[in-house]
Amino acid sequence: MSDPLIIAGKTYNSRLIVGTGKYASYQQNADAARAAGAEIVTVALRRVNLSDPGKEILTDFVKPDEFTYLPNTAGCYTADEAVRTLRLAREAGGWNLVKLEVLADQKTLYPNMPETLTAAKALIADGFEVMVYCSDDPVYAKMLEEAGCCAIMPLGSLIGSGLGIMNPVNIRLIVEQTRVPVIVDAGVGTPSDAAMAMELGCDGVLMNTAIAAAKDPILMASAMKHAVIAGREGYLAGRMPKKMYADPSSPLAGLI
Amino acid sequence: MQITLNGEPRQVNPGMTVAMLLEELSEATGRDPRGVAVERNLEIVPKSEHAFTVLEEGDRLELVQFVGGG
Repeated sequence: MSDPLIIAGKTYNSRLIVGTGKYASYQQNADAARAAGAEIVTVALRRVNLSDPGKEILTDFVKPDEFTYLPNTAGCYTADEAVRTLRLAREAGGWNLVKLEVLADQKTLYPNMPETLTAAKALIADGFEVMVYCSDDPVYAKMLEEAGCCAIMPLGSLIGSGLGIMNPVNIRLIVEQTRVPVIVDAGVGTPSDAAMAMELGCDGVLMNTAIAAAKDPILMASAMKHAVIAGREGYLAGRMPKKMYADPSSPLAGLI
Repeated sequence: MQITLNGEPRQVNPGMTVAMLLEELSEATGRDPRGVAVERNLEIVPKSEHAFTVLEEGDRLELVQFVGGG
């Protein structure tokens, strides 16, 4: 069954986007990304390490010719910082597809939505394709879509929390109103969380810690791949209606 | 003359261009300078301008590249 994910006009076969943070090594990171079947990986932009040149660098392991790099703005708390960071990312990599996240405070890493919207508009005006990390507020999600974002990425729960999808009703509302891909970003802890996001009708899931912080990240990456596929197929297949009472699966006729 | 490179003071020769600085750093670290973005006094210096951008006293340079992140 061909069921591609299309973001900003580009086709992807995998609906699982993975991060490249918190792994024991970049080698493990690359192995996990492959086990997840991911085609897109998020990356951060930081100062070149001038004092320790022997240190491993991401691009030697998670190679940009194997994975689509999605530069993020993790650590940015204002629209100006985020725009500055992504302009540098475009200069470093040469591509326009980016993940915008503007955070509000260090304790929750909750998105600052007014700053996020301001940054999204500035980036889109500057030619970027913006996938946007956002709260699960359908009103702001609609504003971001109308501003021209190419993917709406509400949190399932707080970044790195592993609490799963805390507000499935809002996620569903966002899915129903949105014409561009909706990707749950943050909060997924287990394969069942990922499957749930997909069963709600999301177009994809983005995760980092759920894989990186598992006892066996490679095995968890594989589990997440299957969960996303299972959730997607379950959504497309259409679930049975819920009923209050039992309904026997074996025929009643011919009972001895 | 002195510039600030990634937040640290650094002495460079007058007349040095961005391209020359990247070359010097590349020789010192053994790293390919491709994939590094350069910002000078909060303005991006495109790769095509590296060879023509002469550093000046007090310049604040940021050299950035991709690292792992979620």
